[in-house]
Amino acid sequence: MVGIIDYGAGNLYSVRKALRYLGMDSIFISRAEELDEVRALILPGVGAFGEAAHRLEIAGLKRPLQRWIDEGRPFLGICLGMQLLGESSEESATGRGFSLVRKSCVKIEGPRRIHMGWNRVDFQDDPLFQNIPRKKAYFYFVHGYALPADTEGAIALSEYGTPFAAAFRIGKAYGVQFHPEKSGKNGLILLKNWRQSWDV
Amino acid sequence: MGCVRVIPCLDVNNGCVVKGVGFQNLKEKGDPLLFARSYEEQGADELVFLDVGATVESRKMTLKLLEEISSEIFIPLTAGGGISSEEDMRSVLRAGADKVSLCSAALRDPELIRRGARAFGSQCIVISIDARKAGERWHACTHGGKQDTGIDAIDWGKRCRELGAGEILLNSIDRDGTQTGYDLELTRAMSQAVDIPVIASGGAGTVEQLLDGLQQGQADAVLLASLLHEGRLTVKEIKDYFREKGVDVRC
Repeated sequence: MVGIIDYGAGNLYSVRKALRYLGMDSIFISRAEELDEVRALILPGVGAFGEAAHRLEIAGLKRPLQRWIDEGRPFLGICLGMQLLGESSEESATGRGFSLVRKSCVKIEGPRRIHMGWNRVDFQDDPLFQNIPRKKAYFYFVHGYALPADTEGAIALSEYGTPFAAAFRIGKAYGVQFHPEKSGKNGLILLKNWRQSWDV
Repeated sequence: MGCVRVIPCLDVNNGCVVKGVGFQNLKEKGDPLLFARSYEEQGADELVFLDVGATVESRKMTLKLLEEISSEIFIPLTAGGGISSEEDMRSVLRAGADKVSLCSAALRDPELIRRGARAFGSQCIVISIDARKAGERWHACTHGGKQDTGIDAIDWGKRCRELGAGEILLNSIDRDGTQTGYDLELTRAMSQAVDIPVIASGGAGTVEQLLDGLQQGQADAVLLASLLHEGRLTVKEIKDYFREKGVDVRC
C-alpha cells in the first residue's frame, strides 16, 4: 500500500490513477496515524515551498515524515515534493525542508517564467530509469524552482535556461522534479521501477 | 531547453466530439475516448477538452468522459467550457483534469483567476482568449465568439498573467476553422506581452502553418482540432516535420 500525502497542495488524483493503472493500491494520508498503514510514501505537491512546509507542519506531518525519511524507508517526492527534500528555497524566505540533501532550491531562469512542458532528461544508470530508452527520455515538468545540478545523489539532469537536478536518490528515497504520473509511458515505467526499489 | 507541444483539442458536446467552422454549425465527429487513445498513441503532448454545450447534461457527460480518459491516459488533460466557479474547477480536477480552461467567466469575474490560482496553483489555470480583429488590434470575445467585450485581447492577456494565470490559450476567431494559417501578428503580440506559455489556436491547415505559429508567432504550443479529427494530418507527421526543421519535440 502506498500513502499519498494529502496536505492541500496539488492534484493527488492523477498520482492515484497512475498507481491504480499499475495495480498499486494507495490511500491519501492527512494525519500521522495513517502512516502505519503504508509501506511507501509519495509526497506530491505544487505551489510555493514555504507554504507547503508550513502546511505539513500544521497537519502534524512534518516530524513523522522526517522520521520516515531518516529511517530510509521507501519514499518518492514529486515536483515540490522533491524540492522539500532539500534544505530551503530561494522561493520562500521561511520554511525548512527535510534536508535529506544539503542544497537549497534555486530559481530556473528559462525563456518563460516557469518551466512548463516536456523536456529531455539525461539520466545515469539507476534502477529508477530502467527500461526507459535514453533517446526517448522526455518527461513532463511544471515548476519555477529546482534543486541544483550538483545536488548529492543526483541521478538525472535537465535544463531550462538553468541546468538542474531532475532526479536524485539517497538510499530508498527518490526525488523527481518532473511528473511521472503525467509523463505518458515513461512515467508509468518509472513508477513501476520505483515499486521494485522498495524490496532491494 | 524544453519541447514545443502539440495539443489536440476535442470540442465535446453531449459526450461527442464536434467541430464547426467559425464556431458555428457544429458537426458530430465521434467518440472522444477513441480520439484520445489514438492521439496519445501518436505522441500528443497534452489533450484539451472543451465542453461546447456546457449545459448541465453536457457537463455531466464531460465529467464522466474525463474520468474514463484519465484512468488510462497519462498525459496532461485540460478541461474547459462553462467553468465559472472554484466549485466547477474542483469537480473537473477531481474527475481527472490537470488544468482548467476559463474564458467567459474570467472576463465576467477576473478575480476568479486569482482565486483559482490560489486554490489550485497557477499551473492549473489556463485562460482561453477568443480574439477577433478590431482595427489594428484585437478584442476579447465571449459566447463562442458571438459577443465582443470591447476589451483589448493583449491587455486582457497581461491582466490574466498578473492575476495568476499559468497559460494562455489564444484562439483567433477570424481564422478558426479556415485553415488559412494562424493570425501570426496576434500570436506574436501575445507571446511578447506575457511571460507564461501561449498556445496558438485557430486557423492552421498545414504543417508549414503550424511551424509558422511557433517560429513567427513565437507560440510555445499548437492546438489542433479538425486537421487531426478529419485525419488530414497525424500528430506524428507534425512532430516529424518539426524535428526535421530543428524544433525539439518529444518523441
